[in-house]
Amino acid sequence: MRLVEEFEAGLEAPICITWELTYACNLACVHCLSSSGRRDPRELTTAEAKGVIEELERMQVFYVNVGGGEPTVRKDFWELLDHAAAHRVGVKFSTNGSRIDAAAAARLAASDYVDVQVSIDGATAAVNDAVRGPGSFDTALGALERLAAAGFEKPKVSVVVTRQNAGQLDDFKAIADRYGAQLRITRLRPSGRGADVWDELHPTAAQQRSLYMWLLEHGEAVLTGDSFFHLSAYGEALPGLNLCGAGRVVCLIDPVGDVYACPFAIHEEFRAGNVREPRGFEGVWRDSELFAELRRPQSGGACGSCGHYDACRGGCMAAKFFTGLPLDGPDPECALGHGAGLLAARGAEATIPAPAVDHSRVRPAAGPARGRPAPVKPSPGRPARAGGAAAARPPAKVCDEDPLAEFLAAGGAARSAAEA
Amino acid sequence: MDPETGLEGRWRLHPQVALRPERFGALAYHFGTRRLSFLKSPRLAAAVRGLEAAPDPTAACRAAGIGEGELPSYRRALATLAETGMIVPARGAFLSDSENNSPRQVAA
Repeated sequence: MRLVEEFEAGLEAPICITWELTYACNLACVHCLSSSGRRDPRELTTAEAKGVIEELERMQVFYVNVGGGEPTVRKDFWELLDHAAAHRVGVKFSTNGSRIDAAAAARLAASDYVDVQVSIDGATAAVNDAVRGPGSFDTALGALERLAAAGFEKPKVSVVVTRQNAGQLDDFKAIADRYGAQLRITRLRPSGRGADVWDELHPTAAQQRSLYMWLLEHGEAVLTGDSFFHLSAYGEALPGLNLCGAGRVVCLIDPVGDVYACPFAIHEEFRAGNVREPRGFEGVWRDSELFAELRRPQSGGACGSCGHYDACRGGCMAAKFFTGLPLDGPDPECALGHGAGLLAARGAEATIPAPAVDHSRVRPAAGPARGRPAPVKPSPGRPARAGGAAAARPPAKVCDEDPLAEFLAAGGAARSAAEA
Repeated sequence: MDPETGLEGRWRLHPQVALRPERFGALAYHFGTRRLSFLKSPRLAAAVRGLEAAPDPTAACRAAGIGEGELPSYRRALATLAETGMIVPARGAFLSDSENNSPRQVAA
């Protein structure tokens, strides 16, 4: 069996997981993939979270991508970080930087087992703050400054590529370089509140093409969480796994312990179970019916006859699902333009699957977040749900003859799939 | 002595590397470099596990049941693991042990 098929058939344990620690957040980013804002009263307790960490150690899950919400607003955040380190589970956490004061920066610098990602979605305050809220650009840069001053080595600057910032890639790189950080850019997904703004914010076809060229040029120096594997259909494959790892090599644990196939699929259709079940996280990973389905051999569906299918494998399952496209057809951002045609053909009477979980303090539809005009426009058509998890046909591409394959996991090579 | 790859003497897994068995072989994760390697054959995984008990990597390969005809590709795989710091000379253990106070270190 080729390695790619082994991955598609699922690993003994995830390479990494994404773990949203809380739905609470002091920001209200218009594209939040977890629709965060308010804490959920059912969130895992400190003891339960520690139990999950111990389970991850037993399963040899190498690292967790911790997010939220804003994970640092959890009172036990540092306690959980220490617990993970003591149990040999690596942590990479994403933050908006608001809680990274000098003391926190010093603490992080002293512990060399934690990676930190500070999020910005514009290389200027104007572009960033329109998406992440007023003052958030300065807050993030302040955190990077304090991390650098404390001697924290190589934090990540994490950027979601949008139509507004796609022309700022070199500027993002310069910002990262200025703070001794590594740039990480990922794909805008129509997940959570992202569904409300995706039509307006997702990069144009021309921007995607430029992004692809830029990524090829920068290679492994820029991390991507392998989130642009759908662009490999332009030609040469991008660095990384180039496969959808949902439920196969990665998954998500949400703040209340629900286990989803991937961080971009917080929806009942992709919920595999809960860590509070007697079988625990390990049991959910090994035995859930949903994951078993995702791990079955796949055909390309409508994409099977496309000459580029081997490169992009049909793209991102979550991106299709939350734009109302069939899961066994092209990605909405298909490099060949097949997705754009399908999007245009969506009937107005049809419906797009709504997020099943929403902790927004203010729904965009009810008014702009934080009293600002946000680039929010609910998606127009509401196509009928076409295909559920059972129709999922995620992609993959890893194969060669050598008995060894090398990847940089820091980019989420493995997370690929995964990340977040 | 291994003239082809330059891997001589006794080697071992880097102390910060975790090796997790999988159907196809093993996954190796380096907690220091964050590098992930896929060992795409159970015998390569066995050879890596057996490094420290063998006088040199070639002997570890033979002990893992790797035939003469396959030795070159397996030795190349071990050389790659050496280049990326996944495996280190056992005689360098003293040096690498100085890094070992970090909680992220995981011996396989």
